[in-house]
Amino acid sequence: MITAHGLWKRFGGVDVLRGLDADITAGRVTAIVGPNGAGKTTFIKSILGLTRLDRGTLLFDGEPVTGDERYRRRIGYMPQIARFPENLTGTELLAFLRELRGQPVTDDTLLDELQVRAALPKPLRVMSGGTRQKVNAAAAFLFRPALLILDEPTSGLDPVSAGILKRRIHAERIAGRTVLLTSHVLSEVEELADDVIFLCDGQARFTGALTALKRSTGQATLERSLATLMTAEDAA
Amino acid sequence: MMRVALYQARDVARSRWLSAYALFFLGATEFLIRVQGGDARSLLSLANVVLYLVPLVTVVFGTVYVYGAREFTELLLAQPVHRRALFGGLYAGLTAPLVVALWVGVGVPFLLHGAQGHGAMLAALLVAGGALTMIFSALAFCIATWCEDRLRGLAAAIGVWMLAAILYDGLVLLVVAAFADYPIERAMLALTLANPIDLARVTLLLQLDISALLGYTGAVYQRFFGSALGTGLAVGALAAWIAAPIGAGMRAFGRRDF
Repeated sequence: MITAHGLWKRFGGVDVLRGLDADITAGRVTAIVGPNGAGKTTFIKSILGLTRLDRGTLLFDGEPVTGDERYRRRIGYMPQIARFPENLTGTELLAFLRELRGQPVTDDTLLDELQVRAALPKPLRVMSGGTRQKVNAAAAFLFRPALLILDEPTSGLDPVSAGILKRRIHAERIAGRTVLLTSHVLSEVEELADDVIFLCDGQARFTGALTALKRSTGQATLERSLATLMTAEDAA
Repeated sequence: MMRVALYQARDVARSRWLSAYALFFLGATEFLIRVQGGDARSLLSLANVVLYLVPLVTVVFGTVYVYGAREFTELLLAQPVHRRALFGGLYAGLTAPLVVALWVGVGVPFLLHGAQGHGAMLAALLVAGGALTMIFSALAFCIATWCEDRLRGLAAAIGVWMLAAILYDGLVLLVVAAFADYPIERAMLALTLANPIDLARVTLLLQLDISALLGYTGAVYQRFFGSALGTGLAVGALAAWIAAPIGAGMRAFGRRDF
């Protein structure tokens, strides 16, 4: 679904992406993992067209993302930080997104699953951070996008809600949709992801199936596999 | 673009700052009408308040608002919308409520008490205030888009206002003092066109019959801005002052990395 080849991006004198190559396969859950500053957010923002690349090709279903903006009709994005216009209500926010996309809401079940529907008539300013995060999560799923991009989806959610969201991600995968997520919680990645992109210093140190990663490093968990990868890099 | 503008305007219009802004003008206008009887002098006082306060509030409120909306702007940019259309919507949605607040605040008291033969002056004041709002909210977008750091952006916003509202007059005075022996009326006209607040002030003053008080330069201004060419030029300069920062902001917004 997404093909990235040789992505370079320089931000304020620092090369954030340094020749990143990665593929994101349709119908699978891909997790981007890596230390802080590895380029995870920049990679996601490049896919969304928020950040313009200096070099490299980034294709969404074979079309470059630098073309027109229509490809984003097929993407649902859940940013890490949920900050919305304070004086709009939750209902207005969702209506805003619907009108902006010009697409009908085809899936608002997450509003019920996260029990956030009752809070929607309130202004976003008076909602708790957790409630706003739930609205943020539900908003990404509203239009049944072919690709869901979730940036640290469970951070800021209580454990019960995080569980609901994880079950939902799993259900989307079964329904054939593609999910791209970042997470610092490696147990969560193991639970959800089929594929892993391990970013370090703006390059992909590993891309492929989670099982293949574990097999190649001979480790039982993702955490130990990544540790093995990193020490191997250091030794080399 | 209209959808973005409408939702953004709804958010801005509900802000407490905007209500305070409208109420301030409502109170100030009402006060001036009651104390000074709504004559040309009260309009002049009001014009001074508008000329200083509108740019200050607009550029500071605008900059703070745009910075505050940074994360939400990223979410909007992730939707299938064109960047320039989004910028247009955000700009209109921020500017329109500010203009309406000013017009309601200044206009309603005059509607209640009557403009007493100063309708043209009042209209000119509302137009000039609206134009200044459009200019300085576009400058706020430019600042907040160019400058990543919020604190520096806010300082830049206040600096822009200080320059246009206060320092510029000092600079002009310096020029006048330095070149007092030369015929500099034309240069003065050019200097006036180069600062939107000065431009608005001169256009407003010429609506009153007191431009003679401005001395020889005033007479030059009167002759110039009183003519059809001068009025056209003043309106054109104001329009250019609105268009230029909008264009620059749109360009910066279209290119930047979020």
